[in-house]
Amino acid sequence: MDLNDTPEQAGFRDQVRSWLKEHKGQAPPSTGDSGDSAYIDSRRAWQRQLAEAGLAGLTWPKEFGGQGKGPIEQVIVNQEIAASGVPGILDVIGIGMLGPCLIAHGTEDQQSRYLGSMLHGDEVWCQLFSEPAAGSDLAAVQTRAKRGDDGSWSLTGQKVWTTNAQFAAYGLLLARTDADVPKHKGMTMFIVPMDGEGVTIRGLRQITGEAEFNEVFFDDLNVAADAVVGGVGNGWGTALTVLMYERLTIGLGSEGFGYRSDRFAKALSTDKAACADPEVRQRLGDLSTDLLAVRFTGYRTLTALSKGQIPGPESGLAKVTTVNAAVAAGELLADVIGPDALSEDSEWFHMISFLPGLKSAGGTEAILRNTIGERVLGLPPEPRLDKGIPFSELRAKEKEAVG
Amino acid sequence: MNLSLSDEQEFLREAASGSLARVKTVEAAREALEDPSALPDLWPLVKDAGWNGLLISEERGGAGLGGFEAMLVLEECGKVLAPTPLLGLLPASAILDAAGDESLAAVAGGDVRPAYVPARPPSDIDAEWSVESVSGFARGAAVRIAADGSVTGTVAWVPDAPGADLLVVVGVDADGAPAAVAVDAADATIEPATRYDATRSLGHVTFDHAAGRRLQVTERDLEYAWYLAQTLIASESLGSVQTTLAMSLEYAKERFTFGRAIGSYQSVKHELTEVLRRMENSRSLQFYAGWAAADKPDEFALAASAFRNAAGHALDHATRSNINVHGGIGATWEHDAPLFFRRAQLSRRLLGGTHDAADRVASELLLAAAAA
Repeated sequence: MDLNDTPEQAGFRDQVRSWLKEHKGQAPPSTGDSGDSAYIDSRRAWQRQLAEAGLAGLTWPKEFGGQGKGPIEQVIVNQEIAASGVPGILDVIGIGMLGPCLIAHGTEDQQSRYLGSMLHGDEVWCQLFSEPAAGSDLAAVQTRAKRGDDGSWSLTGQKVWTTNAQFAAYGLLLARTDADVPKHKGMTMFIVPMDGEGVTIRGLRQITGEAEFNEVFFDDLNVAADAVVGGVGNGWGTALTVLMYERLTIGLGSEGFGYRSDRFAKALSTDKAACADPEVRQRLGDLSTDLLAVRFTGYRTLTALSKGQIPGPESGLAKVTTVNAAVAAGELLADVIGPDALSEDSEWFHMISFLPGLKSAGGTEAILRNTIGERVLGLPPEPRLDKGIPFSELRAKEKEAVG
Repeated sequence: MNLSLSDEQEFLREAASGSLARVKTVEAAREALEDPSALPDLWPLVKDAGWNGLLISEERGGAGLGGFEAMLVLEECGKVLAPTPLLGLLPASAILDAAGDESLAAVAGGDVRPAYVPARPPSDIDAEWSVESVSGFARGAAVRIAADGSVTGTVAWVPDAPGADLLVVVGVDADGAPAAVAVDAADATIEPATRYDATRSLGHVTFDHAAGRRLQVTERDLEYAWYLAQTLIASESLGSVQTTLAMSLEYAKERFTFGRAIGSYQSVKHELTEVLRRMENSRSLQFYAGWAAADKPDEFALAASAFRNAAGHALDHATRSNINVHGGIGATWEHDAPLFFRRAQLSRRLLGGTHDAADRVASELLLAAAAA
C-alpha cells in the first residue's frame, strides 16, 4: 500500500507544478458567468494554453494530439490544477467523454475534422442523450432521425440536462432511427451542429435560480450522412462507450465538488455551542466517516485504473455516498447556522439547492441500485416489459396503460 | 498510488483463512450459547500461525508486522466468528514492544498470553483518560498507577481478559498523566462477563493495589493501542459483513415467492446494495487506517475511528438485512444469521462503542479545524 508518487510520477508532478506556477498569472478566474461570452472566451484561451503545454487530453493517444499517458497522470494534473487555484479545461465533457468516443467509433474524417479543435477549446462539445422521458432508461429516447432520399438525416425531438449547450459548437446526439425494432437496437449516434437551422437552446433554471443546464429542441435539423458515428443502428453500443468514460471522468475528479469533511468541520468549529452538542457531533462524525471513505474509494479506483481495469457500475455507489453525506452536511449546517445558511450569499446556498438534483444526475439512485444489484451482486433482474418488443409497440402499450 | 495488498499480505490472509477453516467455529458459536465448553481452544492455532508475535519486532522474536496486517488477520477471524484472543492480545503486544519489555520473548514464543486493559484517550471535550463502566452511560475513571507501579481501579468489559497470563494496563499516574504497567493476571480479580455472543470472551478486571511493572512508553504509544483496538474490532466486523452478505445473496437467488426469485424484487435488491455500499466504505476506511498506522500517525485516530464507526454500523445493517431477506427462518435458533446478529450487537457496544467512534471522528476534525 503506497499513496506516494513513483519517481517518474513525482517528476511529472514537478513539471506540471512548475508550468502552472509560471503561467497561473494568465489564467482566468475559476468561476464565472457561463452566459458571459467574454468569460467563456477566456476559458477557451486557457484550455488552448493547457493543451499546448500537454496538460489536456492526457489519456488521448498521441496520434490524436493527446499525451498517451495513464489515468494517474490525469489525476496528477487535476490535483495540481486544483492546488494552484486556476481553472481546468473548459470542455471536460468533450475531452473526457465525447472525444474518446470519436477515437473509438469515429471515422478517420471525423477524427481529423473534430478532435484537434476540441482539444484546443476552439469548438466546445455537448452531450445530447437525456430526454424528458428518457433519463435513467436512456434507451427510451424518442428524438427521431429520418433518412431522406439523398441519404441525409432529419432530426426532430427534445433533449434536456445539456451542459454547455449555450456555447457548444457541436453535440453528440442519440436518436431513434428505427422504431420497428426493440428499443436498444433502433438507435444511432449523430454529430450535430449547435448553430444549425432548427436547433433551439433554452436555459433550464433549477432550484438555485441559475440555469446550469439547458433544454435543446430539434425541429427538422438536417445533417449529412457522414454525421453518423459508429454506424446506423449501433447507437446503444456507442452510447455505452460514452457512459463508461463518464464514470471514468467522475472517478478521476471525485473530490472536485468540494464536499470535504474538513471544510464542513471548519464551518462548524466556530460555533462553540454546536461543537459541544452530542447530536451535532454524531451527525458530523457520521457524514465525515462517509466522506473519508469516498476519498479512499477514489484511491482504490485509481489503483484499479493503473492496473488497466475499468471501473464498473459499483463506482456509482461512491456517488450515492457522496451526495447523501453532502445532503446530511447541508442539513447540519443549516440546523446550526439557521436561516442565514439559506440566503443567496451563504457559502452553503448553492450546495443545499444543487444536491437534490445531483442525486439523480447520471441516473437516479433507485436505478443505480438496481444496476449494481444485478451487475455486481448477481441478483436476478426485475421482470421487464420492454424486452424484445418493437419500440413503436412499446410506446403504444404505454399510452394504452395510462388511458 | 497503489492501494492493493502486497503478495505477503495476500499470503497472510489466505493462510489465516486456511487455518481457520479447519475448525467449525460457526457451529461452535451456536453450541457455546448453551454450553460454554463447546468453544474450541484456538490458542494453539494462533501460536502455530505466529499471530501472537505478529506485532512484536523481529529482533525480539516476533514477525515485525504492522497494524494493517493485524487488521487482515482479524478480518478473517470475523468471517467465521473465530474466538481467538487477538483483540486483547495484539494491542497489549504493541505496548509491550514499544516498551521493550522483558516479557516479549515469552509472549512471542506463546508461553505468555497478554491482554490489553484499555483506557480511552482524551478528546476535545473530555480532558480525562477513561474506561468502560460495568453499566450506564457515564464512563469510569482510568485506573490509578502509583509511583511504585501498583494499580488500583476497575475496568469493565475487557476483551480476552479471562485466561490471560499478563495484563497490560493503561491508566494514569499520580499527576494524571497516562502510564502503563504490566500486571500478573493472578494479582488482579477477573470476573468473566460473557454476554449474548458466546465467542466473545470478556471480563471485568479489578485491581486493588496490585503489583505492576512500569512500562517505558509514550502517550502516543497508549493512544496507538486504543486506536489499534478500534481497527481490529472494525476489521472483525468487516469480515462478518462479508459472510452475512454472501448468506443473503445466496438465499435471495434461490428463494422464490409469487413466481420470482426474491432477489429480483427492488426492495430486496436495494437493501442488499446498501449492505454492499456500507461494506465497500468500510473496506476503503480499512485501507485508510492501515495506511495511517504505517505512514501517517497524525491521522490514525481519525482513520481508525471512522473505520470503527463505518464497520460497526455496516455489520448492524447487514445482519438485520440478512434476517429480513430470510424472513422468519432467519430469526430461528438453527440458522446462522442470529449468530452474526449477536456478534454485531455486542461488538458495537465494546471499546467505547460505535457511538464513541463517531464522536471521535468529530473531535479529531474539530481539533484540526481549530488548529488550522
